[in-house]
Amino acid sequence: MDHGRRRFVAGFLAVPIVLYATYVIVPSAQAFLVALTDWRGVNATPRFVGTDNFRRLLDDDAFLRAAGHNLLLLVLLPPLTIALALLFACLLTGGGGARRGAVRGAGFYRVVFFFPQVPAVVLVAVLFQQVFRPDRSGMLNAPLVAMGFEPIGFLSETGVALWAVLCVLVWQAVGFYVVLFSAGIASIPRELFEAAALDGAEGARLFLGITLPLLRDTVQAGWVYLGIAALDVFAVVWVMTAEHGGPDHSTTVMAAEVYRNAFQYFRFGYACAMGVVLFLFTVGFAVFALRLSRRERIELG
Amino acid sequence: MSAGPESGAARPSRRELLRGAVLAGLCPPALSACVGNPGPAPRAPASGATSAANPLGLVEDGPLEVWIFDGGLGDGYARTIHEPLVASRFPRLGIRHNATKEIAKTLQPRFAGGDPPEVVDNSGAGAMEFGALVQDGQLTDLTPLYDAPSWDDPAVTVRETVDPVAIELGSYDGRPYVMNYTNTVWGIWYSRSLFEAEGWQVPRTWARFLELCESIKRSGGIAPFTYAGRHPQYIYEAILTLAAKIGGRQVLRDIDNLEEGAWRAEPVRQAAAAFAEIGAKYLLQGTAGLDHVQTQTAQNRGRVAMLPCGSWLENEQRGSAPEGFGYAMFPLPDFGPSDAMPYGTLHAQPGEEYIVPAGSANPRAGLEYLRAMLSRQAAGRFTEAVSTLTVVKGASEGRVLGQGLRSASAALVAAGENVVSFLFRKWYSELHDEVAAVSGQLMNGGLTVEQWVDRAQRKADMLRADPSVRKFTR
Repeated sequence: MDHGRRRFVAGFLAVPIVLYATYVIVPSAQAFLVALTDWRGVNATPRFVGTDNFRRLLDDDAFLRAAGHNLLLLVLLPPLTIALALLFACLLTGGGGARRGAVRGAGFYRVVFFFPQVPAVVLVAVLFQQVFRPDRSGMLNAPLVAMGFEPIGFLSETGVALWAVLCVLVWQAVGFYVVLFSAGIASIPRELFEAAALDGAEGARLFLGITLPLLRDTVQAGWVYLGIAALDVFAVVWVMTAEHGGPDHSTTVMAAEVYRNAFQYFRFGYACAMGVVLFLFTVGFAVFALRLSRRERIELG
Repeated sequence: MSAGPESGAARPSRRELLRGAVLAGLCPPALSACVGNPGPAPRAPASGATSAANPLGLVEDGPLEVWIFDGGLGDGYARTIHEPLVASRFPRLGIRHNATKEIAKTLQPRFAGGDPPEVVDNSGAGAMEFGALVQDGQLTDLTPLYDAPSWDDPAVTVRETVDPVAIELGSYDGRPYVMNYTNTVWGIWYSRSLFEAEGWQVPRTWARFLELCESIKRSGGIAPFTYAGRHPQYIYEAILTLAAKIGGRQVLRDIDNLEEGAWRAEPVRQAAAAFAEIGAKYLLQGTAGLDHVQTQTAQNRGRVAMLPCGSWLENEQRGSAPEGFGYAMFPLPDFGPSDAMPYGTLHAQPGEEYIVPAGSANPRAGLEYLRAMLSRQAAGRFTEAVSTLTVVKGASEGRVLGQGLRSASAALVAAGENVVSFLFRKWYSELHDEVAAVSGQLMNGGLTVEQWVDRAQRKADMLRADPSVRKFTR
């Protein structure tokens, strides 16, 4: 590589690297340092408190519950979303199978499935407040009330609210994966399905033997992405639930606790400590997921 | 990492660069801390010469940036009443009007960056915590404002025209930093026309209150009671007011001061138990999942008879309440014969909190703006425009008031000295959130009274033991 070219490349890289360092690396590094102080956020001289904030986290019921909820979502959100998305994708594409075609109007359904991805998350949250409303104006409760049953407090009963949140998250995510998996299925060579069909494979057998293994990479990528999304849940919880993660912390998540402590209690130091924990969770999950997914690729050809 | 022929030489400098960048990133808080530390007046405040026409000495051609919390009162009153009034005396001021529903989110970065606006209406759910602001010397001491001649009459100081409770409530360790502008009265709100049509009487005792609930429930079609279920602070307000009525002012003072066992006091338990019973028997279906607008609208539509709220209610429901709804409120009924405070005791509290950030470019103009707000004309027009009383003495005289506001104003006059209030909501927002959360659970059977007491007390104890939280006393 000659000198001039090197300078040319460096010139191009300098701007993004400076931007990245200023707006990503430095603030992140700062968060780690602020986590060791009791900074109240507005202006005070941050006092160094060592690991006090982290020790306090272990006694913080709200945060422990939040972490528990994130882990529950981490376990449930990816498989539920992926299972539903695979089901819909198979129905829309006819599972790639040669004999049965796709459902009639598949293109239309694909667009409809993708809809939830389009509106802003906040809008979705407000929409579902209305859907879950616990009186006769609520979309889900209206028929119950009309039939003389007690309405269900989807968002007001502590035992139910987190499941309502999970449903909304799945609802919002599933459309994107339907489209992703449909594209994946479409890229599987047709001959494979035809060969399997000649051997007498049909339906579930075809799906488990051909479609799923060949979609493996796509599904794995989706799994990692959904896992990270489950750890980062914020807007739906913050906007949709009562008391921002309530009632009584029954739906709170780590990001909500970070936000609450930073911007409502002005405990920026403590919130940064939570942020660090959230960061470790996310990095830990990503490393774990990438380890698991190391596997030789299937060669088609 | 790529290891080119030159990278050996480049490495140390790159590391230095990174370290420098990290340090630079740390600097803003540290630097601004240096600026903010010396106390309530961090910078040499920009001020001009004082004169009879300009007693506070503002820079007459400086900026005046005003941020209004766009909540139940809207922000129109500032644009149509207060800002023109200031502009009429100081036409060269660069007045800039802004409104937001999220004060903290919008303005916190401005404070951190050392460039806050001149006037902030720091109100609403997204307000900045006053404790942190005071602790960090971010607020201008309002003493010069209260000592200045009033807008209407130079012979009278501003201090003499304002409800002294308001000045006291806005003081932190004896210094006024926060100007409370409105005077809010809480009570149980109902539709006078509905009560008259049904022959229901305003209950003066708790027993009568329960009887009324029972008969409303039996009449069918209309639920007796509700509150903003998604915002349970609306119900803990009533619980604590009842606790004060049973046990006296000291009950609330102990709670505010984070006294040991304050939440375990018998009057607090009794009040909680009383409302837990209402919660178990008389709530509008689905209350826990409805917010303030939904429950208030339910009341407007005749689906529920009573709800606890503050005197902003009538204004908030303008347009939603049908013609002839006839808003009115009554104070909490007598709980028993041994109540420490008489019938008519009210929770009234100055609110809508204005601050003048110390680090703003023209803080004296901020003070002048507040002085204009406290004029009789501005306060009177404000009361008319948004159906809300102010802390300016007698400013609502001769003004046209709505029915609900007249009812609240009459209750306030009748209460006389028997007005209670609590401040922990402002001082310790974590305690406020916890009490709200457990009160919601109490009303819906998720917690017993004992558990409610334990949770609130535990949070109070935790705050008391936390050295990073500044303590306040009253």
